[in-house]
Amino acid sequence: MDSRSVIGRFFSKIKHGVPEWALSAPSVVWLLLFFLIPSLLVFAIAFRTADPSGGIDDGWTLETIKNVLRPEYVWVLWRTVWVSVAVTVICLLLSIPVGYWISRQNPKYRYWYLLIFIMPLWTNFLIRIFAWRILLNPEGFLRRALIAMGIIPSDVFLLNNIGAVIIVTVYTCLPFAILPIYAAAEKFNYSLLEAAQDLGASRFKAFYSIFLPGIRRGIITAILVVLIPSMGSYAIPDLVGGVNGEMLGNKIAIRASAYRNLPEAAALAAMLSIIITIPIIVLWLRQRRVAKTTGSALKSHVEGGLVK
Amino acid sequence: MTKVNSRFTSLFVTIFVIIFMYLPIVMLVTMSFNASRYGGKWTGFSLKWYETLFRDHSVINATMNTLFVALMATIFSTIIGTLAAWVLNAYKNSNVQRLHYGLIYAPLVVPDVLMGISLLLMFVSLKVDLGLTTVILAHITFCVSYVAFTVLARLQDFDFALIQAAQDLGAGSFRIFIKIILPLLLPGIIAGAMMAFTLSMDDFVVTFFVGGPGSTTLPVKVYSMMKHGPPAIINALSVVFMAVTFTVAIIGNVLLRKKSSPSRAVAQH
Repeated sequence: MDSRSVIGRFFSKIKHGVPEWALSAPSVVWLLLFFLIPSLLVFAIAFRTADPSGGIDDGWTLETIKNVLRPEYVWVLWRTVWVSVAVTVICLLLSIPVGYWISRQNPKYRYWYLLIFIMPLWTNFLIRIFAWRILLNPEGFLRRALIAMGIIPSDVFLLNNIGAVIIVTVYTCLPFAILPIYAAAEKFNYSLLEAAQDLGASRFKAFYSIFLPGIRRGIITAILVVLIPSMGSYAIPDLVGGVNGEMLGNKIAIRASAYRNLPEAAALAAMLSIIITIPIIVLWLRQRRVAKTTGSALKSHVEGGLVK
Repeated sequence: MTKVNSRFTSLFVTIFVIIFMYLPIVMLVTMSFNASRYGGKWTGFSLKWYETLFRDHSVINATMNTLFVALMATIFSTIIGTLAAWVLNAYKNSNVQRLHYGLIYAPLVVPDVLMGISLLLMFVSLKVDLGLTTVILAHITFCVSYVAFTVLARLQDFDFALIQAAQDLGAGSFRIFIKIILPLLLPGIIAGAMMAFTLSMDDFVVTFFVGGPGSTTLPVKVYSMMKHGPPAIINALSVVFMAVTFTVAIIGNVLLRKKSSPSRAVAQH
Protein backbone atom coordinates (compact mmCIF):
# COMPACT_ATOMS: atom_id res chain seq x y z
CA MET A 1 0.00 0.00 0.00
CA ASP A 2 2.77 2.34 1.00
CA SER A 3 4.98 1.56 -1.94
CA ARG A 4 2.01 1.96 -4.20
CA SER A 5 1.33 5.50 -3.16
CA VAL A 6 5.02 6.28 -3.66
CA ILE A 7 4.86 4.97 -7.21
CA GLY A 8 1.59 6.78 -7.64
CA ARG A 9 3.23 10.04 -6.68
CA PHE A 10 6.06 9.21 -9.05
CA PHE A 11 3.67 8.83 -11.95
CA SER A 12 1.70 11.94 -11.14
CA LYS A 13 5.05 13.69 -11.08
CA ILE A 14 5.70 12.33 -14.57
CA LYS A 15 2.38 13.63 -15.70
CA HIS A 16 2.76 17.09 -14.28
CA GLY A 17 6.46 17.46 -13.74
CA VAL A 18 8.17 16.23 -16.90
CA PRO A 19 8.27 19.09 -19.36
CA GLU A 20 7.61 18.84 -23.06
CA TRP A 21 11.26 19.19 -24.01
CA ALA A 22 12.35 16.26 -21.87
CA LEU A 23 9.81 13.97 -23.51
CA SER A 24 10.76 15.21 -27.00
CA ALA A 25 14.50 15.00 -26.40
CA PRO A 26 15.15 11.30 -27.16
CA SER A 27 13.61 11.29 -30.62
CA VAL A 28 14.72 14.82 -31.54
CA VAL A 29 18.33 14.20 -30.52
CA TRP A 30 18.40 10.80 -32.18
CA LEU A 31 17.01 12.01 -35.48
CA LEU A 32 19.22 15.10 -35.49
CA LEU A 33 22.33 12.97 -34.94
CA PHE A 34 21.52 10.08 -37.22
CA PHE A 35 19.24 11.59 -39.81
CA LEU A 36 19.34 15.37 -40.27
CA ILE A 37 23.06 16.00 -39.71
CA PRO A 38 24.16 13.08 -41.96
CA SER A 39 21.71 14.23 -44.66
CA LEU A 40 23.26 17.71 -44.66
CA LEU A 41 26.77 16.33 -44.34
CA VAL A 42 26.32 14.73 -47.78
CA PHE A 43 26.32 18.18 -49.37
CA ALA A 44 29.50 19.20 -47.56
CA ILE A 45 31.40 16.01 -48.36
CA ALA A 46 30.67 16.47 -52.07
CA PHE A 47 33.26 19.29 -51.92
CA ARG A 48 35.93 17.34 -50.03
CA THR A 49 38.86 15.59 -51.66
CA ALA A 50 39.07 11.80 -51.68
CA ASP A 51 41.96 10.08 -50.02
CA PRO A 52 43.58 7.18 -51.90
CA SER A 53 42.59 4.58 -49.31
CA GLY A 54 38.90 5.25 -49.91
CA GLY A 55 38.33 7.74 -47.13
CA ILE A 56 37.65 11.45 -47.04
CA ASP A 57 40.57 13.90 -47.06
CA ASP A 58 40.80 17.36 -45.54
CA GLY A 59 41.08 19.37 -48.75
CA TRP A 60 38.32 21.15 -50.64
CA THR A 61 37.65 20.81 -54.37
CA LEU A 62 35.10 21.55 -57.07
CA GLU A 63 36.39 18.74 -59.28
CA THR A 64 33.93 16.16 -57.94
CA ILE A 65 30.94 18.30 -58.80
CA LYS A 66 32.28 18.87 -62.34
CA ASN A 67 32.94 15.16 -62.62
CA VAL A 68 29.43 14.26 -61.61
CA LEU A 69 27.93 16.54 -64.25
CA ARG A 70 29.60 14.66 -67.10
CA PRO A 71 27.32 13.13 -69.79
CA GLU A 72 27.59 9.58 -68.46
CA TYR A 73 26.01 10.58 -65.15
CA VAL A 74 23.48 12.97 -66.67
CA TRP A 75 22.36 10.09 -68.87
CA VAL A 76 21.91 7.84 -65.82
CA LEU A 77 20.03 10.64 -64.09
CA TRP A 78 17.68 10.96 -67.06
CA ARG A 79 17.09 7.20 -67.05
CA THR A 80 16.39 7.31 -63.30
CA VAL A 81 13.76 9.98 -63.84
CA TRP A 82 11.94 8.42 -66.78
CA VAL A 83 11.95 4.91 -65.32
CA SER A 84 10.50 6.24 -62.05
CA VAL A 85 7.83 8.20 -63.88
CA ALA A 86 6.94 5.14 -66.00
CA VAL A 87 6.73 2.99 -62.85
CA THR A 88 4.48 5.57 -61.18
CA VAL A 89 2.13 5.78 -64.17
CA ILE A 90 1.83 1.99 -64.43
CA CYS A 91 1.24 1.70 -60.68
CA LEU A 92 -1.56 4.27 -60.89
CA LEU A 93 -3.15 2.57 -63.91
CA LEU A 94 -3.23 -0.71 -62.01
CA SER A 95 -4.01 0.50 -58.52
CA ILE A 96 -6.95 2.78 -59.37
CA PRO A 97 -9.09 -0.09 -60.77
CA VAL A 98 -8.01 -2.34 -57.89
CA GLY A 99 -8.81 0.33 -55.29
CA TYR A 100 -12.14 0.94 -56.98
CA TRP A 101 -12.93 -2.75 -57.05
CA ILE A 102 -12.11 -3.36 -53.38
CA SER A 103 -14.09 -0.32 -52.26
CA ARG A 104 -17.17 -1.67 -54.11
CA GLN A 105 -17.13 -4.98 -52.24
CA ASN A 106 -19.09 -5.92 -49.16
CA PRO A 107 -17.53 -3.96 -46.26
CA LYS A 108 -17.30 -7.16 -44.27
CA TYR A 109 -14.75 -8.66 -46.64
CA ARG A 110 -12.89 -5.55 -47.83
CA TYR A 111 -10.13 -5.98 -45.29
CA TRP A 112 -9.44 -9.50 -46.53
CA TYR A 113 -9.41 -8.42 -50.15
CA LEU A 114 -6.98 -5.66 -49.25
CA LEU A 115 -4.85 -8.18 -47.41
CA ILE A 116 -4.44 -10.20 -50.62
CA PHE A 117 -2.61 -7.26 -52.15
CA ILE A 118 -0.51 -6.58 -49.09
CA MET A 119 0.62 -10.07 -48.25
CA PRO A 120 3.37 -10.16 -50.90
CA LEU A 121 5.02 -7.33 -48.95
CA TRP A 122 5.55 -9.72 -46.09
CA THR A 123 8.19 -11.56 -48.06
CA ASN A 124 11.65 -10.10 -47.95
CA PHE A 125 12.36 -7.37 -50.48
CA LEU A 126 15.37 -9.17 -51.96
CA ILE A 127 13.51 -12.43 -52.13
CA ARG A 128 10.77 -10.78 -54.17
CA ILE A 129 13.43 -9.60 -56.59
CA PHE A 130 14.96 -13.05 -56.62
CA ALA A 131 11.56 -14.58 -57.37
CA TRP A 132 11.39 -12.38 -60.47
CA ARG A 133 14.83 -13.52 -61.53
CA ILE A 134 13.53 -17.07 -61.49
CA LEU A 135 10.35 -16.12 -63.32
CA LEU A 136 12.14 -14.11 -66.01
CA ASN A 137 14.94 -16.67 -66.31
CA PRO A 138 15.85 -17.38 -69.98
CA GLU A 139 15.23 -21.09 -69.30
CA GLY A 140 12.12 -20.42 -67.25
CA PHE A 141 8.61 -21.39 -68.21
CA LEU A 142 7.38 -17.82 -68.71
CA ARG A 143 9.77 -16.97 -71.53
CA ARG A 144 9.27 -20.37 -73.18
CA ALA A 145 5.50 -20.00 -72.90
CA LEU A 146 5.56 -16.49 -74.38
CA ILE A 147 7.75 -17.65 -77.26
CA ALA A 148 5.53 -20.71 -77.85
CA MET A 149 2.46 -18.47 -77.96
CA GLY A 150 4.23 -16.16 -80.39
CA ILE A 151 3.93 -13.15 -78.08
CA ILE A 152 7.67 -12.47 -78.12
CA PRO A 153 10.28 -13.42 -80.72
CA SER A 154 12.71 -16.15 -79.68
CA ASP A 155 15.68 -13.78 -79.45
CA VAL A 156 14.08 -11.59 -76.77
CA PHE A 157 15.31 -11.96 -73.22
CA LEU A 158 13.19 -10.90 -70.29
CA LEU A 159 15.98 -10.39 -67.79
CA ASN A 160 18.79 -7.82 -67.53
CA ASN A 161 17.14 -4.95 -69.32
CA ILE A 162 15.26 -1.80 -68.44
CA GLY A 163 11.90 -3.55 -68.94
CA ALA A 164 12.72 -5.96 -66.14
CA VAL A 165 13.63 -3.02 -63.89
CA ILE A 166 10.26 -1.39 -64.58
CA ILE A 167 8.26 -4.60 -64.03
CA VAL A 168 10.00 -5.50 -60.77
CA THR A 169 9.83 -1.94 -59.42
CA VAL A 170 6.10 -1.83 -60.20
CA TYR A 171 5.80 -5.15 -58.40
CA THR A 172 7.47 -3.90 -55.23
CA CYS A 173 5.68 -0.52 -55.22
CA LEU A 174 2.16 -1.56 -56.20
CA PRO A 175 0.85 -2.40 -52.70
CA PHE A 176 1.94 1.05 -51.49
CA ALA A 177 -0.08 2.63 -54.30
CA ILE A 178 -3.15 0.45 -53.73
CA LEU A 179 -3.38 1.31 -50.03
CA PRO A 180 -3.86 5.10 -50.22
CA ILE A 181 -6.04 4.85 -53.33
CA TYR A 182 -8.27 2.28 -51.68
CA ALA A 183 -8.41 4.43 -48.52
CA ALA A 184 -9.64 7.37 -50.60
CA ALA A 185 -11.99 5.29 -52.78
CA GLU A 186 -13.59 3.77 -49.70
CA LYS A 187 -14.70 7.23 -48.57
CA PHE A 188 -15.92 8.22 -52.03
CA ASN A 189 -19.65 8.71 -52.38
CA TYR A 190 -20.53 6.45 -55.30
CA SER A 191 -24.01 7.86 -55.72
CA LEU A 192 -22.26 10.88 -57.29
CA LEU A 193 -21.16 8.66 -60.19
CA GLU A 194 -24.70 7.43 -60.75
CA ALA A 195 -26.02 10.97 -60.52
CA ALA A 196 -23.54 12.15 -63.16
CA GLN A 197 -24.56 9.33 -65.47
CA ASP A 198 -28.25 10.02 -64.89
CA LEU A 199 -27.55 13.60 -65.91
CA GLY A 200 -26.11 12.33 -69.17
CA ALA A 201 -22.39 12.08 -68.55
CA SER A 202 -20.73 9.17 -70.29
CA ARG A 203 -19.23 6.45 -68.15
CA PHE A 204 -15.72 7.65 -68.96
CA LYS A 205 -16.62 11.30 -68.37
CA ALA A 206 -18.18 10.46 -64.98
CA PHE A 207 -15.14 8.42 -63.98
CA TYR A 208 -12.70 11.04 -65.18
CA SER A 209 -14.33 14.18 -63.84
CA ILE A 210 -16.05 12.85 -60.70
CA PHE A 211 -14.28 9.77 -59.40
CA LEU A 212 -10.65 10.72 -60.07
CA PRO A 213 -10.92 14.19 -58.46
CA GLY A 214 -12.82 12.54 -55.61
CA ILE A 215 -9.90 10.29 -54.78
CA ARG A 216 -7.26 12.89 -55.59
CA ARG A 217 -5.73 12.82 -52.16
CA GLY A 218 -5.17 9.09 -52.42
CA ILE A 219 -3.62 9.52 -55.86
CA ILE A 220 -1.21 12.19 -54.63
CA THR A 221 -0.10 10.00 -51.73
CA ALA A 222 0.29 7.06 -54.11
CA ILE A 223 2.49 9.13 -56.42
CA LEU A 224 4.62 10.21 -53.47
CA VAL A 225 5.13 6.70 -52.09
CA VAL A 226 5.93 5.21 -55.51
CA LEU A 227 7.89 7.93 -57.31
CA ILE A 228 10.39 8.74 -54.57
CA PRO A 229 11.44 5.21 -53.61
CA SER A 230 11.70 4.37 -57.33
CA MET A 231 14.07 7.27 -57.88
CA GLY A 232 16.23 5.95 -55.06
CA SER A 233 16.07 2.40 -56.34
CA TYR A 234 19.30 0.48 -56.05
CA ALA A 235 18.83 -3.25 -55.50
CA ILE A 236 16.34 -3.81 -58.33
CA PRO A 237 18.40 -2.32 -61.19
CA ASP A 238 21.46 -3.99 -59.71
CA LEU A 239 19.90 -7.46 -59.75
CA VAL A 240 17.61 -7.47 -62.79
CA GLY A 241 18.74 -4.45 -64.84
CA GLY A 242 22.02 -5.53 -66.35
CA VAL A 243 24.50 -2.97 -67.70
CA ASN A 244 21.93 -0.78 -69.42
CA GLY A 245 19.54 -0.74 -66.50
CA GLU A 246 21.72 1.16 -64.05
CA MET A 247 20.15 3.99 -62.08
CA LEU A 248 21.51 6.74 -59.87
CA GLY A 249 21.27 4.51 -56.79
CA ASN A 250 23.63 2.01 -58.43
CA LYS A 251 26.19 4.68 -59.19
CA ILE A 252 26.06 5.82 -55.56
CA ALA A 253 26.48 2.26 -54.29
CA ILE A 254 29.38 1.52 -56.66
CA ARG A 255 31.16 4.69 -55.54
CA ALA A 256 30.56 3.73 -51.92
CA SER A 257 31.84 0.18 -52.25
CA ALA A 258 33.63 -1.38 -55.22
CA TYR A 259 35.19 1.69 -56.88
CA ARG A 260 35.37 3.62 -53.69
CA ASN A 261 35.30 7.38 -53.96
CA LEU A 262 33.22 8.76 -51.13
CA PRO A 263 33.14 12.44 -52.21
CA GLU A 264 31.85 11.36 -55.61
CA ALA A 265 29.23 9.13 -53.94
CA ALA A 266 28.29 12.16 -51.84
CA ALA A 267 27.97 14.39 -54.90
CA LEU A 268 25.72 11.83 -56.61
CA ALA A 269 23.66 11.50 -53.44
CA ALA A 270 23.33 15.28 -53.27
CA MET A 271 22.10 15.23 -56.87
CA LEU A 272 19.52 12.57 -55.98
CA SER A 273 18.41 14.53 -52.90
CA ILE A 274 17.81 17.63 -55.00
CA ILE A 275 15.90 15.66 -57.64
CA ILE A 276 13.57 14.00 -55.12
CA THR A 277 12.88 17.31 -53.41
CA ILE A 278 11.11 18.60 -56.53
CA PRO A 279 8.17 16.13 -56.51
CA ILE A 280 7.98 16.30 -52.71
CA ILE A 281 7.49 20.07 -52.77
CA VAL A 282 5.08 20.01 -55.73
CA LEU A 283 2.96 17.24 -54.20
CA TRP A 284 3.10 18.78 -50.76
CA LEU A 285 1.76 22.07 -52.09
CA ARG A 286 -1.01 20.27 -53.96
CA GLN A 287 -1.78 18.19 -50.92
CA ARG A 288 -2.11 21.33 -48.84
CA ARG A 289 -4.53 22.75 -51.34
CA VAL A 290 -6.57 19.58 -51.37
CA ALA A 291 -6.75 19.30 -47.63
CA LYS A 292 -5.73 21.48 -44.76
CA THR A 293 -4.18 18.64 -42.86
CA THR A 294 -1.79 16.08 -44.23
CA GLY A 295 -3.01 13.81 -41.49
CA SER A 296 -4.95 11.34 -43.55
CA ALA A 297 -2.38 11.17 -46.33
CA LEU A 298 0.16 10.51 -43.68
CA LYS A 299 -2.01 7.91 -42.10
CA SER A 300 -2.32 5.98 -45.33
CA HIS A 301 1.40 6.32 -45.84
CA VAL A 302 2.04 4.84 -42.45
CA GLU A 303 -0.59 2.18 -42.94
CA GLY A 304 1.33 1.29 -46.07
CA GLY A 305 4.39 0.86 -43.96
CA LEU A 306 2.49 -0.87 -41.23
CA VAL A 307 1.54 -3.86 -43.17
CA LYS A 308 4.95 -4.15 -44.69
CA MET B 1 -25.34 -1.90 -68.05
CA THR B 2 -22.64 0.71 -67.68
CA LYS B 3 -22.22 -0.25 -64.06
CA VAL B 4 -21.70 -3.87 -65.03
CA ASN B 5 -19.09 -2.73 -67.55
CA SER B 6 -16.98 -0.68 -65.20
CA ARG B 7 -17.15 -3.43 -62.61
CA PHE B 8 -16.02 -5.87 -65.25
CA THR B 9 -13.02 -3.71 -66.19
CA SER B 10 -11.95 -3.26 -62.60
CA LEU B 11 -12.47 -6.95 -61.86
CA PHE B 12 -10.35 -7.84 -64.87
CA VAL B 13 -7.50 -5.57 -63.74
CA THR B 14 -7.83 -6.85 -60.17
CA ILE B 15 -7.49 -10.48 -61.26
CA PHE B 16 -4.53 -9.56 -63.44
CA VAL B 17 -2.85 -7.80 -60.49
CA ILE B 18 -3.44 -10.79 -58.19
CA ILE B 19 -1.80 -13.13 -60.71
CA PHE B 20 1.03 -10.63 -61.17
CA MET B 21 1.55 -10.45 -57.40
CA TYR B 22 1.52 -14.17 -56.69
CA LEU B 23 3.06 -15.77 -59.76
CA PRO B 24 6.69 -15.04 -58.74
CA ILE B 25 6.12 -16.22 -55.17
CA VAL B 26 4.45 -19.44 -56.27
CA MET B 27 7.31 -20.07 -58.70
CA LEU B 28 9.87 -19.45 -55.97
CA VAL B 29 8.28 -21.85 -53.51
CA THR B 30 7.86 -24.50 -56.19
CA MET B 31 11.46 -24.17 -57.34
CA SER B 32 12.78 -24.59 -53.80
CA PHE B 33 11.63 -28.21 -54.00
CA ASN B 34 13.17 -28.70 -57.44
CA ALA B 35 15.97 -31.23 -57.65
CA SER B 36 17.71 -29.36 -60.49
CA ARG B 37 20.68 -27.22 -59.52
CA TYR B 38 20.07 -24.26 -61.77
CA GLY B 39 16.33 -23.79 -61.60
CA GLY B 40 14.72 -23.35 -64.95
CA LYS B 41 13.45 -26.83 -65.61
CA TRP B 42 11.70 -29.08 -63.14
CA THR B 43 13.60 -32.33 -62.60
CA GLY B 44 11.83 -33.81 -59.61
CA PHE B 45 10.88 -33.16 -55.99
CA SER B 46 13.72 -32.80 -53.52
CA LEU B 47 14.44 -31.52 -50.04
CA LYS B 48 18.19 -31.51 -50.54
CA TRP B 49 18.44 -27.70 -50.76
CA TYR B 50 16.85 -27.41 -47.36
CA GLU B 51 19.37 -29.89 -45.97
CA THR B 52 22.28 -27.98 -47.52
CA LEU B 53 20.86 -24.77 -46.14
CA PHE B 54 20.61 -25.94 -42.56
CA ARG B 55 24.19 -27.20 -42.65
CA ASP B 56 25.59 -23.89 -43.93
CA HIS B 57 27.30 -22.09 -41.05
CA SER B 58 27.47 -18.72 -42.75
CA VAL B 59 23.69 -18.78 -43.18
CA ILE B 60 23.16 -19.66 -39.53
CA ASN B 61 25.58 -16.89 -38.55
CA ALA B 62 23.76 -14.38 -40.74
CA THR B 63 20.47 -15.44 -39.18
CA MET B 64 21.83 -14.81 -35.70
CA ASN B 65 23.08 -11.36 -36.78
CA THR B 66 19.71 -10.52 -38.33
CA LEU B 67 17.80 -11.49 -35.20
CA PHE B 68 20.22 -9.66 -32.91
CA VAL B 69 20.10 -6.45 -34.96
CA ALA B 70 16.31 -6.64 -35.25
CA LEU B 71 15.93 -7.19 -31.51
CA MET B 72 18.16 -4.26 -30.55
CA ALA B 73 16.61 -1.97 -33.15
CA THR B 74 13.14 -2.94 -31.95
CA ILE B 75 13.84 -2.30 -28.26
CA PHE B 76 15.40 1.13 -28.76
CA SER B 77 13.12 2.36 -31.53
CA THR B 78 10.04 1.27 -29.59
CA ILE B 79 11.08 3.30 -26.54
CA ILE B 80 12.10 6.37 -28.53
CA GLY B 81 9.14 6.14 -30.91
CA THR B 82 6.55 5.68 -28.18
CA LEU B 83 7.83 8.69 -26.25
CA ALA B 84 7.77 10.73 -29.46
CA ALA B 85 4.18 9.69 -30.16
CA TRP B 86 3.11 10.54 -26.63
CA VAL B 87 4.60 14.04 -26.73
CA LEU B 88 3.33 14.70 -30.27
CA ASN B 89 -0.15 13.85 -29.10
CA ALA B 90 0.04 15.63 -25.75
CA TYR B 91 1.31 18.94 -27.16
CA LYS B 92 -0.53 18.96 -30.48
CA ASN B 93 -0.62 22.74 -30.77
CA SER B 94 2.95 23.58 -29.91
CA ASN B 95 5.22 24.85 -32.67
CA VAL B 96 8.08 22.74 -31.38
CA GLN B 97 5.97 19.66 -31.97
CA ARG B 98 5.21 20.74 -35.51
CA LEU B 99 8.95 20.70 -36.24
CA HIS B 100 9.27 17.46 -34.31
CA TYR B 101 6.53 15.98 -36.49
CA GLY B 102 8.39 17.00 -39.64
CA LEU B 103 11.60 15.50 -38.31
CA ILE B 104 9.85 12.18 -37.69
CA TYR B 105 8.00 12.25 -41.01
CA ALA B 106 11.05 12.99 -43.19
CA PRO B 107 12.81 9.60 -42.81
CA LEU B 108 9.66 7.93 -44.16
CA VAL B 109 10.02 9.84 -47.43
CA VAL B 110 13.78 9.68 -47.93
CA PRO B 111 14.90 6.70 -50.06
CA ASP B 112 16.99 4.00 -48.37
CA VAL B 113 19.96 4.71 -50.60
CA LEU B 114 20.21 8.27 -49.32
CA MET B 115 19.83 7.23 -45.71
CA GLY B 116 22.49 4.56 -46.19
CA ILE B 117 25.05 6.75 -47.94
CA SER B 118 24.60 9.68 -45.55
CA LEU B 119 25.10 7.48 -42.49
CA LEU B 120 28.09 5.82 -44.14
CA LEU B 121 29.64 9.21 -44.84
CA MET B 122 29.09 10.30 -41.26
CA PHE B 123 30.56 7.11 -39.79
CA VAL B 124 33.58 7.36 -42.09
CA SER B 125 34.08 11.05 -41.22
CA LEU B 126 34.02 10.21 -37.53
CA LYS B 127 36.32 7.23 -38.17
CA VAL B 128 33.85 4.81 -36.62
CA ASP B 129 34.49 1.16 -37.48
CA LEU B 130 31.66 -0.28 -39.52
CA GLY B 131 30.04 -3.36 -38.04
CA LEU B 132 27.07 -4.59 -36.08
CA THR B 133 26.95 -1.39 -33.98
CA THR B 134 26.66 0.93 -36.97
CA VAL B 135 24.02 -1.35 -38.49
CA ILE B 136 22.00 -1.25 -35.27
CA LEU B 137 22.28 2.56 -35.03
CA ALA B 138 21.05 2.89 -38.61
CA HIS B 139 18.18 0.47 -38.10
CA ILE B 140 17.00 2.28 -34.96
CA THR B 141 16.94 5.48 -37.01
CA PHE B 142 14.56 4.27 -39.70
CA CYS B 143 12.41 2.29 -37.25
CA VAL B 144 11.71 5.22 -34.90
CA SER B 145 9.42 7.01 -37.37
CA TYR B 146 7.32 3.94 -38.08
CA VAL B 147 6.90 3.14 -34.39
CA ALA B 148 6.03 6.77 -33.61
CA PHE B 149 3.29 6.95 -36.24
CA THR B 150 1.86 3.56 -35.31
CA VAL B 151 1.54 4.54 -31.65
CA LEU B 152 0.32 8.01 -32.63
CA ALA B 153 -2.51 6.48 -34.67
CA ARG B 154 -3.47 4.54 -31.58
CA LEU B 155 -3.29 7.62 -29.35
CA GLN B 156 -5.56 9.57 -31.66
CA ASP B 157 -8.34 7.06 -30.92
CA PHE B 158 -7.52 7.22 -27.23
CA ASP B 159 -10.35 8.55 -25.12
CA PHE B 160 -8.73 10.78 -22.51
CA ALA B 161 -12.08 11.16 -20.74
CA LEU B 162 -11.43 7.65 -19.42
CA ILE B 163 -8.51 8.94 -17.38
CA GLN B 164 -10.66 11.75 -16.07
CA ALA B 165 -13.42 9.30 -15.19
CA ALA B 166 -11.00 7.01 -13.38
CA GLN B 167 -9.60 9.94 -11.43
CA ASP B 168 -13.09 11.01 -10.44
CA LEU B 169 -13.72 7.48 -9.23
CA GLY B 170 -10.65 7.80 -7.03
CA ALA B 171 -8.01 5.83 -8.91
CA GLY B 172 -4.38 6.78 -8.34
CA SER B 173 -1.99 7.62 -11.16
CA PHE B 174 -0.35 4.22 -10.92
CA ARG B 175 -3.66 2.41 -11.15
CA ILE B 176 -4.64 4.58 -14.08
CA PHE B 177 -1.37 3.86 -15.84
CA ILE B 178 -1.54 0.10 -15.28
CA LYS B 179 -5.28 -0.41 -15.71
CA ILE B 180 -6.14 2.10 -18.42
CA ILE B 181 -3.26 3.68 -20.31
CA LEU B 182 -1.13 0.57 -20.70
CA PRO B 183 -3.87 -1.88 -21.79
CA LEU B 184 -5.23 0.61 -24.30
CA LEU B 185 -1.87 1.62 -25.68
CA LEU B 186 -0.14 -1.74 -25.54
CA PRO B 187 -1.58 -3.16 -28.79
CA GLY B 188 -0.30 -0.05 -30.59
CA ILE B 189 3.13 -0.32 -28.99
CA ILE B 190 3.36 -4.02 -29.77
CA ALA B 191 2.23 -3.41 -33.35
CA GLY B 192 4.89 -0.71 -33.67
CA ALA B 193 7.53 -3.03 -32.22
CA MET B 194 6.52 -5.82 -34.61
CA MET B 195 6.80 -3.42 -37.48
CA ALA B 196 10.22 -2.28 -36.37
CA PHE B 197 11.25 -5.93 -36.15
CA THR B 198 10.04 -6.80 -39.66
CA LEU B 199 11.47 -3.61 -41.17
CA SER B 200 14.83 -4.32 -39.62
CA MET B 201 14.77 -7.94 -40.78
CA ASP B 202 13.76 -6.84 -44.26
CA ASP B 203 16.36 -4.14 -44.72
CA PHE B 204 19.07 -4.69 -47.26
CA VAL B 205 20.03 -1.30 -48.70
CA VAL B 206 20.89 0.58 -45.48
CA THR B 207 22.69 -2.47 -44.07
CA PHE B 208 24.67 -2.81 -47.29
CA PHE B 209 26.00 0.73 -46.85
CA VAL B 210 26.73 0.85 -43.12
CA GLY B 211 27.66 -2.78 -42.55
CA GLY B 212 31.21 -4.03 -42.27
CA PRO B 213 33.04 -7.31 -41.83
CA GLY B 214 31.18 -9.55 -39.40
CA SER B 215 27.86 -7.77 -39.71
CA THR B 216 26.41 -9.84 -42.56
CA THR B 217 22.68 -10.10 -42.10
CA LEU B 218 20.38 -12.49 -43.93
CA PRO B 219 19.36 -10.02 -46.67
CA VAL B 220 23.03 -9.17 -47.30
CA LYS B 221 23.77 -12.89 -47.41
CA VAL B 222 20.92 -13.46 -49.88
CA TYR B 223 22.30 -10.62 -51.99
CA SER B 224 25.81 -12.05 -52.15
CA MET B 225 24.39 -15.50 -52.90
CA MET B 226 22.35 -14.03 -55.73
CA LYS B 227 25.44 -12.33 -57.07
CA HIS B 228 27.93 -15.16 -56.68
CA GLY B 229 26.59 -18.26 -54.99
CA PRO B 230 24.68 -21.34 -56.08
CA PRO B 231 21.15 -20.19 -56.86
CA ALA B 232 19.39 -23.32 -55.68
CA ILE B 233 20.05 -22.77 -51.97
CA ILE B 234 18.56 -19.27 -52.14
CA ASN B 235 15.20 -20.75 -53.10
CA ALA B 236 15.13 -22.78 -49.91
CA LEU B 237 16.52 -19.89 -47.85
CA SER B 238 13.86 -17.60 -49.30
CA VAL B 239 11.05 -19.94 -48.35
CA VAL B 240 12.32 -20.25 -44.77
CA PHE B 241 12.81 -16.48 -44.54
CA MET B 242 9.35 -15.91 -45.98
CA ALA B 243 7.78 -18.23 -43.41
CA VAL B 244 9.45 -16.29 -40.57
CA THR B 245 8.44 -12.79 -41.75
CA PHE B 246 4.93 -14.01 -42.53
CA THR B 247 4.53 -15.23 -38.97
CA VAL B 248 5.73 -11.96 -37.47
CA ALA B 249 3.61 -9.90 -39.86
CA ILE B 250 0.45 -11.93 -39.20
CA ILE B 251 0.85 -11.54 -35.44
CA GLY B 252 1.46 -7.81 -35.86
CA ASN B 253 -1.55 -7.42 -38.09
CA VAL B 254 -3.87 -9.28 -35.73
CA LEU B 255 -2.73 -7.08 -32.83
CA LEU B 256 -3.19 -3.96 -34.88
CA ARG B 257 -6.68 -4.87 -35.88
CA LYS B 258 -7.77 -5.77 -32.39
CA LYS B 259 -10.03 -2.87 -31.55
CA SER B 260 -9.45 -1.27 -28.22
CA SER B 261 -12.45 -1.62 -25.99
CA PRO B 262 -12.41 1.26 -23.52
CA SER B 263 -15.53 -0.01 -21.83
CA ARG B 264 -13.71 -3.15 -20.85
CA ALA B 265 -10.87 -1.21 -19.28
CA VAL B 266 -13.35 0.82 -17.28
CA ALA B 267 -15.28 -2.27 -16.32
CA GLN B 268 -12.10 -3.91 -15.07
CA HIS B 269 -11.39 -0.92 -12.98
